Amino acid sequence: MKNRNNTTPRKSWTFDEYTNSEIRRAAETGIYDIRGGGSKRKLPHFDDLLFLGASMSRYPLEGYREKCNTKITLGNRFAKKPLELEIPITIAGMSFGALSGPAKEALGRGATLAGTSTTTGDGGMTKEERGQSKNLVYQLLPSRYGMNPDDLRKADAIEVVIGQGAKPGGGGMLLGQKISDRVAEMRNLPKGIDQRSACRHPDWTGPDDLAIKIIELREITEWKVPIFVKIAGARPYYDTALAIKAGADVIVLDGMQGGTAATQEVFIENVGQPTLACIRPAVDALQDLNMHRKVQLIISGGIRNGADVAKAMALGADAVSIGSAAMIALGDNDPKWENEYNKLGSTAGAYDDWHEGKDPAGITTQDPKLMKRFDPIKGGKKLSNYLKVITLEAQTIARACGKNDLHNLEPEDLCALTVEAAAMARVPLAGTSWIPGKNI
Amino acid sequence: MHFDLRKKNLRETNSFLQNIDRKKNQRDFIITNPDGHHAICAGLKNDISVTVKGHTGYYCGGMNQKAKITIEGNAGTGLAENMMSGTIHVKGNVSQSAGATAHGGTIIIDGDASSRCGISMKGVDIIVKGSVGHMSAFMAQSGSLLICGDAGEALGDSVYETNIYIAGKVSNLGADCVEKKMNKFHLKKIDELLKKGNIKKYKANNFKRYGSARKLYNFNIDNVSAY
Repeated sequence: MKNRNNTTPRKSWTFDEYTNSEIRRAAETGIYDIRGGGSKRKLPHFDDLLFLGASMSRYPLEGYREKCNTKITLGNRFAKKPLELEIPITIAGMSFGALSGPAKEALGRGATLAGTSTTTGDGGMTKEERGQSKNLVYQLLPSRYGMNPDDLRKADAIEVVIGQGAKPGGGGMLLGQKISDRVAEMRNLPKGIDQRSACRHPDWTGPDDLAIKIIELREITEWKVPIFVKIAGARPYYDTALAIKAGADVIVLDGMQGGTAATQEVFIENVGQPTLACIRPAVDALQDLNMHRKVQLIISGGIRNGADVAKAMALGADAVSIGSAAMIALGDNDPKWENEYNKLGSTAGAYDDWHEGKDPAGITTQDPKLMKRFDPIKGGKKLSNYLKVITLEAQTIARACGKNDLHNLEPEDLCALTVEAAAMARVPLAGTSWIPGKNI
Repeated sequence: MHFDLRKKNLRETNSFLQNIDRKKNQRDFIITNPDGHHAICAGLKNDISVTVKGHTGYYCGGMNQKAKITIEGNAGTGLAENMMSGTIHVKGNVSQSAGATAHGGTIIIDGDASSRCGISMKGVDIIVKGSVGHMSAFMAQSGSLLICGDAGEALGDSVYETNIYIAGKVSNLGADCVEKKMNKFHLKKIDELLKKGNIKKYKANNFKRYGSARKLYNFNIDNVSAY
C-alpha cells in the first residue's frame, strides 16, 4: 500500500538531467564536451516577434500579381565588381574538412540555382566548390589554412573572419579523426593530429591594423571584389562601427545561435549575444556613421524560414545568411537515419558530434563510405528548393505589409510577444505602444 | 624601370608589377621614396626583381609568388605574410609577424625581427641574421626558422613541424617546444640556409635545433596546465 506520507520524488531545477549527465561525462572522460551547431538553449528569437500586416492605414500588395523585389547588391562601397544576388539569403562559411567535398559542392550548386552566394571556410577553396558556385565568398581566417593568392583572385568576394556567433573570441578545432590525406595536405599539417584554428589573426591586431590589412587584400585583388568583415554577436555597436571605419564593404554579424563545426559546449552556450539582440545596435552604428544601406549588413544565426528573413530585414539587415538550415536542407539530422543516430548515442535532430566524422547523413565526414550516401546534385537541388521557398515566404509577408521590396520592411511592421524581445528589437509589446527602454 | 612613390601612387605601381607584360622582357625594377607605405609589392606573381630603396610599412611583399624583393631599409608588420614562393631580403630590421603563415620561398632578414616572427609559418624558410622577439614560431606548421642571434620568450610555443635552428640564447621555450637532436639532415639544411643568406660568420654546428615534443598533438586532460 502506498505510504501517504511520501511526497512525489522531486528533481532539482538546477541539477537537471542534462546537467547531471554532463557532470558524469566530464568525470568519466576528462575532457570538456566538444560539439557542433549553435546554442541549443531557449533564447529570445524571431519567434517572439509578429508582423502586424496591412490594415486601415496600410494597404497590402496582391500576393500573386504584384512584384516584390528580392535582389540585393553587396559591396558597392569600394569594389569594382560588387556581388549581385537574386535573393538576400546567402550561404554562410563552412569548412572543407568539417564538411565533405561533395557537401561543399552541393552548397555551391544550391546557392547558384537560387541565385545567391556561398562561402568557403577554414580549410581553403576546393575545386568542386569553386566549379559549382557562381558567386563564391573566400574567407580569410586566422589559421589561414589553405589560403593562397591564386584562390583569393578567383573569389567573388573576400570575408575577413574576426568572430563567429557560436564562439566569439574562440578558435576552432578539427579533431584528428577527420584529418584525411586531402584535408591534411590543404592545411599543411600531419594526418591524424588535432588541428587547432587560431582565435586571432597572426598578422594584425585591432581595428587600425585591420584597415591596413583590408588595403593589402584590395591591392592583391586590384580593388575588384568586395571585402566583407564577419563579426560575432559580442559588442555589435562598437564592432560594427569599427569594421565600417576599417573599410569593410559588408558586415556579416553572427549571433550566438549561429553554428560551428566543433567547439566546447560551455563556449557555445555561454558566450555571445542572441541574434535578435544584435541587430538594432549594429544598425545604430551604421546609421550613426551615415552608412546604413551603403555598407550592407548581413545577419546570421538561427535563420530558419521566410518569417525570420523578413524580421531580420525589417529590423534593418540588408540580407541574411544561413548555415545550420542549409545543412538540414541537404539532409543533416534526417530522421531516415534514426537507427544509426541511436547507435551513436543520439537521435535525429539532436546529433551534433560532427567532429567525430561519423555522420550517418554523409555530410560532416571525410569517411569515403559515409560520403557516398550523399549525392551533391540532389543535395544542391534540395537546398535551392528550400532557398526559393523561404524567399517566397518572406515576399508573402512583405506584400501583406504593403511592401514591394523586402528592403522596405521596417520596425514599424512588427510587434513583440515578450518584454525581452520588445526591448531587444525595440518594437512595441503586442497590444501596447510600449517599447521597453525607450524614453516616452 | 623606376617607380617614385611620391610621383606614382601605390595602386598604379602595384598594378604594373602585378601585371607584367612578358613580351617587353622587363625584369628589374626600383621603387624609391617608399615612405613607409603599406602593401608595397603585395600580390606579385611573376619572376621579377624589385629593389625598394627605403623603409616599408605593413605587409610588404604580402602573398608574394616568384618575385625577388629587396628592401634597403626596415620593414613593418607582416612582411611577406602568406608568401608562396620567391625571395624577400630585408637589409634592415623587421617588425612583428614577419613571414606569418608563409607557405614557401625564402625570407632573409639582415637585422633583427620583432615578436611572432614565423607565426603559423607553413613551409617558408626564414633566415634572421640578428635576434627574434617573443612568441616567434608560434603554432609554426612547417619550414625552417634559422636565427643567428637570440630568441625572446616562449620560442616555438605550440609548434607543429617547423624546425627552429638557433645559434644564440633562448629566453625560454613555449608550450610543447623542446630541444631536439641534430643530425646530418639538419646540418645539411642549416648549411643550405647559411649559403642562401650569405652568412659566413656561423657554421652549422654553431646551431641548436628546437621543435615539437608532439605531446599536445592530441588532446589529453593531463596536459591541461600546458595550455
